[in-house]
Amino acid sequence: MTLADPQTSNGDSAQDVAFDVDEARFARAQRVESIARWALPVIVMVLTVYAWDRVVTLNNIPHYVLPSPGRVMATMVEDWWLLIGSALVTLQTTLLALLVAVIGGVGLAVLFTQSRFAEMSFYPYAVILQVTPIVSIAPLIFIYVENRTVGLLLCAWIVAFFPILANTTLGLKSADHNLRDLMTIYRASRWQRLRYLQLPSALPYFLGGLRIAGGLALIGAVVAEYVAGTGGVSSGLASRIQEAGYRLNIPRMFAALLLIAAMGVAIFMALSLLSHLLLRKWHESAVKREN
Amino acid sequence: MTTDRTIRPLGERPRILQMVDVDKTFAGNVVALRRMALSVNEGDFISLLGPSGCGKSTALRLIAGLMRPTTGRIAWDGGQSADDLGVVFQEPTLMPWATVAQNVWLPFRLRGQTFSAVKDRIEEVLALVGLENFGGAYPRELSGGMKMRVSIARALVTNPRLILMDEPFAALDEITRQKLNNDLLELKAQMGSTVIFVTHSVFESVFLSDRIIVMAARPGRVIREITVDAPYPRGIAFRTSPDYAAHALATSEALSEAMGEKMELH
Ligand SMILES: Nc1ncnc2c1ncn2[C@@H]1O[C@H](COP(=O)(O)OP(=O)(O)OP(=O)(O)O)[C@@H](O)[C@H]1O
Ligand SMILES: [Mg+2]
Repeated sequence: MTLADPQTSNGDSAQDVAFDVDEARFARAQRVESIARWALPVIVMVLTVYAWDRVVTLNNIPHYVLPSPGRVMATMVEDWWLLIGSALVTLQTTLLALLVAVIGGVGLAVLFTQSRFAEMSFYPYAVILQVTPIVSIAPLIFIYVENRTVGLLLCAWIVAFFPILANTTLGLKSADHNLRDLMTIYRASRWQRLRYLQLPSALPYFLGGLRIAGGLALIGAVVAEYVAGTGGVSSGLASRIQEAGYRLNIPRMFAALLLIAAMGVAIFMALSLLSHLLLRKWHESAVKREN
Repeated sequence: MTTDRTIRPLGERPRILQMVDVDKTFAGNVVALRRMALSVNEGDFISLLGPSGCGKSTALRLIAGLMRPTTGRIAWDGGQSADDLGVVFQEPTLMPWATVAQNVWLPFRLRGQTFSAVKDRIEEVLALVGLENFGGAYPRELSGGMKMRVSIARALVTNPRLILMDEPFAALDEITRQKLNNDLLELKAQMGSTVIFVTHSVFESVFLSDRIIVMAARPGRVIREITVDAPYPRGIAFRTSPDYAAHALATSEALSEAMGEKMELH
């Protein structure tokens, strides 16, 4: 490479231009992608709803067979207070179950990593509880548990706690082996090791489990409501769907279903946000890298 | 930071610890170390040099108390306490969720000392390794060489009697490695520390140490000790001196012998 050669520096600037063109193309592609990311699902949604509406209108399908989207929305507005009240009941069960699942899951995971014997004794039962379908356990639970709320909570908890337990256990064990050696060299106590090394190492795993558990807790709560059946003053969304089904109130079934789905999405988004906030400073999954 | 430790000439240094006839056999009858004897004296810079699998890491882990010898013993003169050791691994081994300053705080934190109580000391050590403005950074924001500096700062912060380093610079590029070698010598001189340094590099071992322990594999054992009596501070002048070349040659020969080869240099 010759220095201060005008030819070369001309060549360089030509290269710069080429580079800028590439850069601009890349930037444009990124912009298009970031818009498409939310625009495409919205377009699909609008088209689907429109097609649904057309099918119902053109075929004159009666609303007790398939209501039009407009009718579902109208029912949503009409029954808003009834539905939202039920939604809150279901949400409460879900969140309480999730909370207990976090306490139970993390607690058991810590116990398992502190004592091999505890793990050997109880882990198989955690697996059995996990693989047995909740619909088959729930009827028994409602026979033996008098209190309906406690029964619902128990069902949702059984479904939700396993991913937290499994992920947190894995996370607690996956602490860097050199850091573990360092703890030994500095003669850290069990508690210090847990507090300063294992729990932080497990955090990303735990949060991954929590996101799964959030969805499962909702499923558990809804399934349990179905099994427990309607009745009582405080009935959740599943009971509303069942009730509306008996009365052939199909629009209300759709409206309730919509609310359950919205709740699921909201829970997932909230937990993803929480995960992002806790990890964004240091964990690969949340850190934005300049490439 | 200066300490009351002054480094005495070789031969006049008080002993810190002693490995006496240490054997280490792993499951499956892998003899990692056989009859290893080593005295570590205050102020020594000892390099363990040898082919892969000759038990260098095993020796270090035994001294660190991470495992016990199969037979033989390791005795610290005047007993051993938790703050006698600092360790630097081949990887920086930092906690990714903690800032640089919090990482350096760890040895103090494990003794129950609050951050504010040792803040000045942490800043001092970070300045010593050339990272005065990075206390608040997270490890992922640092280059490989900078992470290694943090790791060294953490090992130095309690001013331990003995610092163990297992191929700390092996993963770094040549330029960064030379810079860190120079800085390490300077830090050691300032703090009067004692270092045991594992390396694969003849040149690194000659430049850094005053005692080179050459080891052979299968079974892992010490075959030669080479004394490099060139005075510290050592710099570029030493790197290019005939004295350096002579020691490098002697060390290379010993290493070839360790690997069961004949040198064809003369
Ligand atoms: N935990 C272990 N279990 C069984 N064998 C082991 C263990 N650690 C080391 N060894 C064996 O002991 C011997 C010495 O290993 P060591 O790690 O001390 O070698 P080294 O000199 O550090 O090698 P390198 O330069 O490659 O790091 C090797 O043969 C190795 O396979
Ligand atoms: Mg090794």
